[in-house]
Amino acid sequence: MRLRRRESLAAYGFLSPWIVGFLVFMAGPMAASFVLSLTDYDVLTSTEFVGGNNYRELLSDSRVRTSMANTLIYTVLHVPLTMAVSLALALVLIRAGRRSAGIFRTIFYVPTVTPKVAVGVLFLLLFNGQVGLVGKVLGFAGVNGPDWTTDGPWIKPGLVLMSLWSLGSTVIIYLAALQNVPRDLYEAAEMDGASPWARFRAVTVPMISGSLFFTLIINTISGVQTFDEVYTAFYGSANQQTYGNDAALFYVVYLFQEAFQFLRMGYASALAWLLFLVIVVITLVQVRLSRRFVYYESE
Amino acid sequence: MRRWIWWVALAVASVVFLYPFLWLVSASLKPRPEVFDNALLPHHWAPENYASIWSAAPVLTWLVNSVVVALAAAVTVTISSAIVAFGFAYFRFPGRNTLFALVVGTMMLPGAVTMIPTYLIWNELGLAATQVPLWATNLFGSAFYIFLIRQFFLGLPRELFEAARVDGAGYWRLFWRLAVPLCKPALIVSFVFELRASWSDLLRPLIYLRDPALFTMPRGMKAILDQFGQAGESRWEVVLAGAVLTTVPMIVAFFACQRYFVEGVATQGRKG
Repeated sequence: MRLRRRESLAAYGFLSPWIVGFLVFMAGPMAASFVLSLTDYDVLTSTEFVGGNNYRELLSDSRVRTSMANTLIYTVLHVPLTMAVSLALALVLIRAGRRSAGIFRTIFYVPTVTPKVAVGVLFLLLFNGQVGLVGKVLGFAGVNGPDWTTDGPWIKPGLVLMSLWSLGSTVIIYLAALQNVPRDLYEAAEMDGASPWARFRAVTVPMISGSLFFTLIINTISGVQTFDEVYTAFYGSANQQTYGNDAALFYVVYLFQEAFQFLRMGYASALAWLLFLVIVVITLVQVRLSRRFVYYESE
Repeated sequence: MRRWIWWVALAVASVVFLYPFLWLVSASLKPRPEVFDNALLPHHWAPENYASIWSAAPVLTWLVNSVVVALAAAVTVTISSAIVAFGFAYFRFPGRNTLFALVVGTMMLPGAVTMIPTYLIWNELGLAATQVPLWATNLFGSAFYIFLIRQFFLGLPRELFEAARVDGAGYWRLFWRLAVPLCKPALIVSFVFELRASWSDLLRPLIYLRDPALFTMPRGMKAILDQFGQAGESRWEVVLAGAVLTTVPMIVAFFACQRYFVEGVATQGRKG
């Protein structure tokens, strides 16, 4: 009995860094963030309690609507495209044999180590409507490309295309999953005369559904929080004046501006809670939907 | 079979993935009027672009800052996460599963929600304008790495630890002398992942760093873009040289520890 207690004590000793970190940098800040969202705190002057005012303002703020719409449109395009292209690449990789898969897997992964600030710069240059490489390539194909970086409606599709450059992690996750699908399942399906498409639907998709679901969640959560490349390309001290329209205003960009440029910490905290709520709702919906199509071997 | 068809498809895709790098490096070596000519090799070589950026901005300081911050972030998060992971893997105690579920749950918590109060904490401590906030929270472990390292610990045979216990080894000794050396691969994965994450971070340097002498390379890169980009002097060759300097250290790190990067991502997927 005494030994057990000593063991528990030692265990909590090992866990103490995380417990302290959780209380000080997660639970505490979350509670503080909620309290702040009921005030008009600006760091410099005294704090005033304003009740639900920030939340009321948030509902009528057109920039909240614009930035949330921009972010959701981007995410809705970015996530399925990333998953589809990654799956296609992973399927080709697994057919090319193990050794070559290694080389190409590396090539697909390298762009993901590029800092997003550099991705933002590359986006501005490669997608420039006049001189950019993407426009030139489209020109070869006889298509008159849009001004991806300045024409409002084209900014998000451009950013989505650029984001596909960094899909390497998703490819690796799918490849690892595909390598774990038992060969004999395919052989059995082939013996039953299943077409390649039927085999894909009946064997591949269910067997890697866990990974599909995981990448859906991960890519959605990171997509909704897109900041670095957008802020780099469209916002910042000098650039801000040149981009008066809000076509590139993503939600976290707006949150950052309100909190750290205009020091409206109370209002920004309310913005943060709305984002949290949106992420929780999206994730819950995805979890619910996944119950229908994710196959778990252990069940 | 007809493997070469797949090879051709992969080769075409590879061009798409590699070309932006080639374009970037090549354009950074072109004189200003030719930066946008999209030629694969510069018609005229202009290595002096790198001399220009050297004199236009304190890039060496920024690179050193980034190395220091990234190393501090990676070392602290690896050690602290390993300690916590051992707590979860070795011991049996009341509340363990609930606590571990909480750890996993925090992986879902968006950073944006705690961003403002965390800033206020550092501000209270008088550290808001220093580099400390960029790595110090890593002293308390991080959910993903705790998860990863714990998985690895669980794979070690328990008899090993029981034998050491019988020989009179304390818990810390079990951890430091036995568990840590045996789980080096997981520790390296955590280290390189955090190195990359910390090196690439732009949001936190934007929030905390005011003095350009403290900038990390990505923060400095943003300053370079603001000064020399479309809203500034339109000296894109300088911007491009900066982008190369921001990216190359990560590419080098990647090729040095490729195996661990790929292994880490694959493990990440397996938990799904």
